Amino acid sequence: MINVLIDRLVKRKVLAVQEFTGLLLASARHAFSRPRYVVDTLVQMDIIGFGSLPIVLLTGFFIGGVLALQTYRTLSTFGETGLLGQVVALSMVREIGPLLTALMVAGRNSSGIASEIGSMLVSEQVDAMRALGTDPLRKLVTPRLYATLVTLPLLTVLSDFFGMLGGAIVSMSTARLSSAEYWTSAYQALQFGDCFQGLTKPFFFAVVIALVGSLYGLHTTGGTEGVGRSTTQAVVVSCVLILLLDFFYTKFLIAVGFF
Amino acid sequence: MNPPNAERSAPSPDRSVSSPPVVELRHVSLAFEDKQVLDDVSFRVGAGETLVLLGVTGSGKSVLLKVILGLLKPDAGQVLIEGQDLVPLSEARLYPFRQRMGIVFQEGALFDSLSVRENVAYRLREEGLKDEARIEEQVREVLRFVEMEQAIEKMPAELSGGMRRRVSIARAIVSQPSIMLYDSPTAGLDPVTAQTINVLIAKLRDVQKVSSLVVTHRLADAFALAHSTYSAEKQALIPARTDGGPGQRVPTQFLVLRDGATYFWGSTDELTAAQDPYLRKFLV
Repeated sequence: MINVLIDRLVKRKVLAVQEFTGLLLASARHAFSRPRYVVDTLVQMDIIGFGSLPIVLLTGFFIGGVLALQTYRTLSTFGETGLLGQVVALSMVREIGPLLTALMVAGRNSSGIASEIGSMLVSEQVDAMRALGTDPLRKLVTPRLYATLVTLPLLTVLSDFFGMLGGAIVSMSTARLSSAEYWTSAYQALQFGDCFQGLTKPFFFAVVIALVGSLYGLHTTGGTEGVGRSTTQAVVVSCVLILLLDFFYTKFLIAVGFF
Repeated sequence: MNPPNAERSAPSPDRSVSSPPVVELRHVSLAFEDKQVLDDVSFRVGAGETLVLLGVTGSGKSVLLKVILGLLKPDAGQVLIEGQDLVPLSEARLYPFRQRMGIVFQEGALFDSLSVRENVAYRLREEGLKDEARIEEQVREVLRFVEMEQAIEKMPAELSGGMRRRVSIARAIVSQPSIMLYDSPTAGLDPVTAQTINVLIAKLRDVQKVSSLVVTHRLADAFALAHSTYSAEKQALIPARTDGGPGQRVPTQFLVLRDGATYFWGSTDELTAAQDPYLRKFLV
């Protein structure tokens, strides 16, 4: 009995990895063959990128601010409040910016992708699409993947900047640092490796957000209740995968001597 | 297992249709995990003929339509469309065959995010047609055919159930398929709207000589199709003639599925004459 359960569980996980890889490879192939759904990709960029802008900027700004507030208390005991710019910039660019942006976008868009595709599946729109001569992966999954790949790094850069801006306002108002002190400290702290790390992570996270959402959407069963289930699972799984990926990618970069 | 007294017409090779088959299933079986959904189903539909699929919910009727369209692959058997077996074909190679078929799903399955115009034009755009004036002309023509031209700007959410089915028919016929599949096209509709859909199905069958496979629970609709022809003059169904002249009855077969297996396959007259208790339930 236990053997059967383990067997089924392992098989299911292996199958999920296989399907995820299959979706990724199919989407990569679609870039080199027609038809290309450019308009759909632009629409998705608007929904995923522009639509996520307010929440990403707001989160980045307040996280940067609260980071400055918290570290100010510690740094002031050593008389090193001048390092606030450095701490906020490094934390935001290396870690908090990419991670928080990805989690925010995952919460908003993995669920959106899963529910949209899931609803289309249960209402037979995906079957209708196939019957009308369209490959649903090419029409539904690929535009969402490329849209997320383009917009997530851009959102991360903006989130990093707004985080540093939030940190700057707190540093100037609480720690009485001048604007020049804060921004010079922040600017000088950032090295190529920090920016490289912060700007490459979003590409991996984008793949997770778009494909996990799509995969759960395409596996929706059980009507509207099933759509709700897929949506929740997509958010949970994509958030957990983003955290795991972030840890292992950071560890990999450290191991190869990137810092 | 079928009861021994079932009026099961064995789908033997000598069971002829009046014209070469455009759709032929040979010993098709399909199971979803442990559940046998289709069990050794065979039948043939000739050009311009109609096959009515009857059966209770869960008997495999909708699955059968998806198998014919290549949306589902059977575990065994052959699905021949105009003589070509679809089962071994890849998804990409199925598209030319799907262009010859149109399907009307149970709830219409219109794309929520597209207007009626864009829903109907969808297939034309997918087929690479770029001329917007020609697309508009074709879209309006089919919408006029289903009497829905006035709704061209509307979104699917603004349409009633009957209107959605009519737009769905328009979307299916825009590229002039030779085979039409209808999945419970009148389910959940009031009798008046259901009759409008029946008239459309007969109009397509009699005017454009389209072969039809109609899944239905409503035997009255099926008999209306079998015993009537479309009158362009009256724009309604009129009783079909049986004397061999114009307006004669279109060959209609009935296939009754029970637990995924063929329970009955025969003509309208054979069905109405059947004494089998299970078949009588449909006829009451």
